[in-house]
Amino acid sequence: MKKYVVMLVLLLSPVLAAEELFMVRSQLSFPEAMTVLQQAIRENGYQVSRVQRIDIGLTRSGYKTDKYRVVFFGKLQEIRKISDQYPELVAYLPLKIAIFAENDETILLSSSFKHLRPFYSSVDLLASFSHWETDIQTILERVRIEE
Amino acid sequence: MLIHIPVILGAVVATLVAQTALAEAANGALLYQRNCAVCHGIKGDGGVGIPLNLKDFLAVASDNYLRATLREGRPGRVMPAFPGLSSGQVSAIIGHLRSWSDTEGPTYPAETLNGQPERGKTLFASHCAACHGDKGQGGVGTGVTFSRPRDAPVEAPALDNPGFQASVSDAMLKATLLRGREGTPMPSIGTLGLDERDADDLVTYLRQLNTATKPEETAAGLEPVIQFESSYDLEQTLENLKQAVVGRNFRVIREQYFEQGLAAAGEENPRRIMLYFCNFAFLDEALAIDPRVGLFLPCRITLVETEQGVQVMSINPKNLSQLFNNQALDKACQQMHDLYEEIMEEATL
Ligand code: HEC
Ligand code: HEC
Repeated sequence: MKKYVVMLVLLLSPVLAAEELFMVRSQLSFPEAMTVLQQAIRENGYQVSRVQRIDIGLTRSGYKTDKYRVVFFGKLQEIRKISDQYPELVAYLPLKIAIFAENDETILLSSSFKHLRPFYSSVDLLASFSHWETDIQTILERVRIEE
Repeated sequence: MLIHIPVILGAVVATLVAQTALAEAANGALLYQRNCAVCHGIKGDGGVGIPLNLKDFLAVASDNYLRATLREGRPGRVMPAFPGLSSGQVSAIIGHLRSWSDTEGPTYPAETLNGQPERGKTLFASHCAACHGDKGQGGVGTGVTFSRPRDAPVEAPALDNPGFQASVSDAMLKATLLRGREGTPMPSIGTLGLDERDADDLVTYLRQLNTATKPEETAAGLEPVIQFESSYDLEQTLENLKQAVVGRNFRVIREQYFEQGLAAAGEENPRRIMLYFCNFAFLDEALAIDPRVGLFLPCRITLVETEQGVQVMSINPKNLSQLFNNQALDKACQQMHDLYEEIMEEATL
């Protein structure tokens, strides 16, 4: 069975975007986009583990975006398994999406795993990178199209 | 089970082919919204990218220029290259940009202009450098927004950028200078009291700008994780880290189990801990350069106890400037890298 899984991954990889970063602009206001984002994360089978504020002190220094959060999410079993096998990867986990307001619109972004790929050869791990990338793009697209 | 696999594979292939065909035929608007709107705005009026919907821009930008721009990007100046877009998809996006203007895209002869570069250099220093930089390196920051007010003027693009130079023709450069860009700070050279001959000299000079970017550090050469092995136990290492953080004028803002929020309370693995810390001046500075780096803030070090002992690690910030394709981040990323290393070294030795 494993062999076929590999073949599927190889077949699918060309449709995956090659970008380093995944970014979208949503026409929703910041609080609306935040709600849809958390919904989309759950719909894709993940659990939101924490919403971290980044904007403390931002407005004080004249910066124009005062609504900035990073939403962390993951699946416990998956994250446990990978951090057991590759303890150094905890630095990149759980998964995360940054969300910040730009006037009345909202920008969301997340990183691909492209920069990690050259360091790993395990088929299972590379498959995890790929499905995380697909899921992150699906989640971002879900927020982007919401009106 | 085995019998079904070829069928599944066949279906996957068929779907992929159908998807590709659909995407090719497609809808430039959708491709634009997915790939470009985040930086250039939903209607092309600019964001961290410069505006694309300006009459004066669309009137001088040839399809060749736009096509090459998507192929080359602007290395180090935020604008990515889009190697993943097919030629059909690129055409669809160009079609969408053209829908913002009622004029067609111009075509230009390939000839090079033979102006006097020395004269051009002098003209550039007195009329252009204030905005485009003394070496044509562009303004500080890009575009109009993200961190800056929406009514702030557009930052002047980098004219020495290899992606720009590879995309633009002499004739398009000249047309840009003669026309200017209404709605942005870019003047027509006529309003500066310059004429066509001056334009030729300027163009010839612009062609000689040093486009050499520093040798690119490839992702493969940069370890993605900074990692130290501690000579202490978990509790002591954590204590040491906190002291090292505070000793560098950073504030510890949070300490939590790595699995907190994922595992039920009380069932988190207590041997994996994340330590968040921050220094507002540093955070503000980094976000002002490129707000996207918030994805990797506040600073965080993770501790993991394994059979081999206690490991501490962080992301490697030097990986980030290439992730964001923003050379303005290099210095801050280097600083952050050094800080991580110093803190972890001090806490683990
Ligand atoms: C007051 C500031 C300012 C001055 C002075 C100025 N520019 Fe510009 N220039 C800009 C801005 C801003 C843009 C981007 C406009 C836009 O949004 O399309 C630009 C665009 C350009 C472009 C097109 C670049 C691209 O990526 O499409 C060229 C070429 C250029 N300028 C050359 C010059 C030259 C040569 C001079 C001197 C004769 C000059 N500029 C003077 C601000 C300026
Ligand atoms: C991550 C942000 C980002 C994304 C995504 C992006 N751009 Fe850009 N783009 C920029 C920036 C920034 C510049 C200006 C570079 C400079 O200031 O030197 C630019 C410049 C350009 C230019 C040159 C404009 C001129 O006046 O000559 C074109 C054309 C362009 N982008 C088209 C696109 C298209 C089409 C897409 C989507 C396929 C896209 N960009 C996606 C940030 C981006």
